[in-house]
Amino acid sequence: MLLFTVASVSLVFIIGIGLYYKSIPILNKLSWGQLLGSSVWKPFKGLFGFFPYIMGTLWVTGIAIVIALPLCILTSLYIVEYAPSRLRRFLMPFVNLLSGIPPVIFGVWGVLFIIPLIQTYIAPHFVEYSTGYSVLAGGIVLAVMIFPLIVSIVNEVLRTMPQELKDASLALGATKWETIKKVILRKALPGIIAATVLAISRAFGETIAVLMVCGNNAVVPHSVFDTGYPLPALIANNYGDMMSIPLYDSALMFAALLLFIIILLFNIISRVILTRLERRMAG
Amino acid sequence: MTFEKPHISVQGLNVQIGDNHILKDINIDIPNKKVTSIIGPSGCGKTTLLKTFNRLLDNTSDVKITGKVLVDGENIYDPNIEITHIRKKMGLLSQRPYPLPMSIYDNIAYGPRIHGSPKKKDLDILVEEQLKNVGLWEEVKDRLNAPATRLSIGQQQRLCLARGLAVGPEMILGDESTSALDPLSTHIIEDLFMKLKEKYSIVLVTHILRQAARVSDYIIFVYMGKIIEYGPAEQILKNPQEQLTKEYVKGYIV
Repeated sequence: MLLFTVASVSLVFIIGIGLYYKSIPILNKLSWGQLLGSSVWKPFKGLFGFFPYIMGTLWVTGIAIVIALPLCILTSLYIVEYAPSRLRRFLMPFVNLLSGIPPVIFGVWGVLFIIPLIQTYIAPHFVEYSTGYSVLAGGIVLAVMIFPLIVSIVNEVLRTMPQELKDASLALGATKWETIKKVILRKALPGIIAATVLAISRAFGETIAVLMVCGNNAVVPHSVFDTGYPLPALIANNYGDMMSIPLYDSALMFAALLLFIIILLFNIISRVILTRLERRMAG
Repeated sequence: MTFEKPHISVQGLNVQIGDNHILKDINIDIPNKKVTSIIGPSGCGKTTLLKTFNRLLDNTSDVKITGKVLVDGENIYDPNIEITHIRKKMGLLSQRPYPLPMSIYDNIAYGPRIHGSPKKKDLDILVEEQLKNVGLWEEVKDRLNAPATRLSIGQQQRLCLARGLAVGPEMILGDESTSALDPLSTHIIEDLFMKLKEKYSIVLVTHILRQAARVSDYIIFVYMGKIIEYGPAEQILKNPQEQLTKEYVKGYIV
């Protein structure tokens, strides 16, 4: 068992090292600064600027979280605190069902419903013209995909809240909503953050559904209606093609390495925040 | 037992949770500014009875409550009553301390902040006063902003008592409030009850007969959801009238 554990843990390092090794050719040619900071993507000329892709990834993920998190918290609160038990037993399987739907179906749903929705109903209120293919579309599709993940974790967190703690607040004359706002959510904060972190990690890597609705245009998005090109989409779209271009293979490996680093950094940072928070609250 | 001006008057109270008939036709009066203990074996319904006084049973699923509970003459099961107003009248001290997930100061300030927007200066005075009331001030005055969970269990329980007193209740409900505490902390809490009964009516649920003997003025003996006997503490413990009470006091029923 120890062997398997060590093997699976070391796999993370092996992948990291492997990706780095494969990225060496491009790293020899261009500096980290040029690769990360430049917005020029002209593989034929040997110019590989990853900035638009990084921004694309961050925009899509950011939008997804902004949309999903409030909805998830309210949904969980309803399911755990307000819904009658019969309805609760009925609701949870549906939420879980969402997580079982293959990403490509979410992609198709995005193309058929979200894109026209943005194009004809949402975008005209804000910008002159949008095809609908945008980071907003990616964010919405992604939000739906991470929804069941966050809801199921937050549900668990809320369900483990001791009834006596709620009673303590209620007995002081607080209403149920005051109790939820000031006591339950505060106590649940570390759990909610943990759920969000997991969801963001998942969202960073989500490829196919996002790729189908984001427009995949290598420019830095400046509004939610602009197109974007997230890192996973770049890799999935191009890997295997155009391998005759020098350094292209290496550039895609570097994209994978970047994604790997972003997720790793993100997890480390959130872990630090979480432990601090837990220490501050538990004492 | 009847009193001229009872603080709580329970009339024909029945509580059912699911198919379980927990309290059966309860009729009692709880006197003003005395310590009344509810004793009885585990599962007899004594905690349920206590929780009907501030309507904490409302959140239990499948609960059915009939009858009346009058607090200061007002039926708290009247559909038009405002629950928060009733609950504010009673400080609750549960089995184990449940400090709110915030600082010592904020725990005390929680209630007053909910019922109004007190000034910082008034809050400071109130927090100090209530912490002194429960003998915690000297122990925590230098770390009011530390999380309440850092206190020992005994200190936490006193904090919870102070938190309840901060909303200005008329009554304290204790649900086996010392069962998780060490002997010294138990002693401190019991002393506090003796001191606080000058200002508050106190109702305690306990399964420790010695505790009931030490602090109570009146004792209610509950068995299988029914009131078996109710009277002055001395009489119930030393000279019970009912056979069941006799057996319980002697330790035959547990």
